[in-house]
Amino acid sequence: MLQTVRLPRVDRTLEVQTILLFADAATPTPYAQYLLLAVMAVMAVGFACGPLILSAILAPRKPNDIKQSTFECGLESKGDPWVQFNVQYYLYALAFVIFDIEVVFIYPWAVAFTGLSFGAFLAMGVFILLLAEGLIYLWIKGVLTWK
Amino acid sequence: MTDWFNNLTPNEQFAIFSLLKIVIAVFAVVLPMVAYSVVAERRISAWIQDRVGPNRVGPFGLLQPAADGLKFILKEDFTPAYARKVYFWLAPAVAMVPALVTLAVIPFGSKLGSQQAVIADLNVGILFTFGIVSLSVYGIVLAGYASNSKYPFLGGIRSSAQMISYEIAMGMSVVPVFMLVGDLNLSAVIDYQKSGAWLILKQPIAFVIFLVAAFAETNRLPFDMPEAESELVGGYHTEYSSMKFALFFLGEYAAMIAVSAMMVVLFLGGWTLPFAGLNAPAESLGMGLLQVGIFIGKLLLFMGLFIWVRWMLPRFRYDQLMDIGWKRFVPLALANIVVTAIYLYLTHGK
Repeated sequence: MLQTVRLPRVDRTLEVQTILLFADAATPTPYAQYLLLAVMAVMAVGFACGPLILSAILAPRKPNDIKQSTFECGLESKGDPWVQFNVQYYLYALAFVIFDIEVVFIYPWAVAFTGLSFGAFLAMGVFILLLAEGLIYLWIKGVLTWK
Repeated sequence: MTDWFNNLTPNEQFAIFSLLKIVIAVFAVVLPMVAYSVVAERRISAWIQDRVGPNRVGPFGLLQPAADGLKFILKEDFTPAYARKVYFWLAPAVAMVPALVTLAVIPFGSKLGSQQAVIADLNVGILFTFGIVSLSVYGIVLAGYASNSKYPFLGGIRSSAQMISYEIAMGMSVVPVFMLVGDLNLSAVIDYQKSGAWLILKQPIAFVIFLVAAFAETNRLPFDMPEAESELVGGYHTEYSSMKFALFFLGEYAAMIAVSAMMVVLFLGGWTLPFAGLNAPAESLGMGLLQVGIFIGKLLLFMGLFIWVRWMLPRFRYDQLMDIGWKRFVPLALANIVVTAIYLYLTHGK
């Protein structure tokens, strides 16, 4: 006969945490660094948009059909710009997704490396071997050869 | 003035200094550096090809950036009729921003007064850098897509495949560096190299892979496939003119500066020099500025290399480019990780 299992109730009232920019009177917390990063990002966006806006205001605008036509070495453009392209690009993209994610896994291991046990060393060795195996498989399958 | 400043709390001083650092770094250092690396490129290329180069504006052509900037702003901006307008505007901005944001985590000196000489001292510095660097591919892909034209489209496709391929080699090449250092913070990387044991000596293979990948990531010759003038006219920026084109152009140089700065930090010891007490955090303001100067000097070495290589080597073929990336550098980087791991385990393991 089935019994109802009572799970312990979890208190789900949200704890509102204030993010402190400064730990005490003289020490900034890591959050302060992220705030500065945000300020830098805003500056960078301004740095990119400023000239665009300036040129949009100041530059003359006398459009005509010839100026606005699509570039085609002086001829009239023929056909669809969405030309068919090599499927190989997709294969590289797929391979990239696999390898990039695996590289992200290697990073924390690399940082903690000198303090790790033999088991961790071996486990990561197996992981890297799998990575190498994937590469060899792609290579043999001809995915990495541009046709 | 000094009284007023000394009366502020350390936190207020920190805030003021940090904002000052950002403003000075962007407008007084990066902007002139980008502008003058364009002039340097033109002068050096002229010198290599036995031409005169731009020498008319100001003494030795040094005011050329001002003339160029004015011209870019005042020229008519053509927008092709069939372009996707929003993305067409967005792409140049997207190409410019990542390079600048990357510079935020680079420690460009030890200390200036009591403040650290880095804009944002993140404890995950290198992860942040790689995250942002991979965003730079969007500017080019967007430009290729938005132009709605054949050549930019092909350029955009090519560059996306090229940049993501070399990103893997680049990401893997630095793993041994962090095995040695044991920290992702870029200041810690410099700390590790203080004694003069620069990582270029300990990890020469990693350095070579990173350097070549840097050329590919910034789309510089011999890997300038996305532009490839002789095949794709101008590649992804064929349809761009006026200030929008200039932003792509400046973005490329800003990316070169960012990646050079990363190489200086990761492999050439950052702001340190292993003599005359230059490898310890500066005590005085003058010393701090000198170390910033050392950093910029090393950075300019790499910029010089970028320019020099451009005029020395011909362009690779696309299949060669992908072959080098996937079949040479990725296996080499993997092997480098394994060898470093085994070596470190034998010498430091538990």
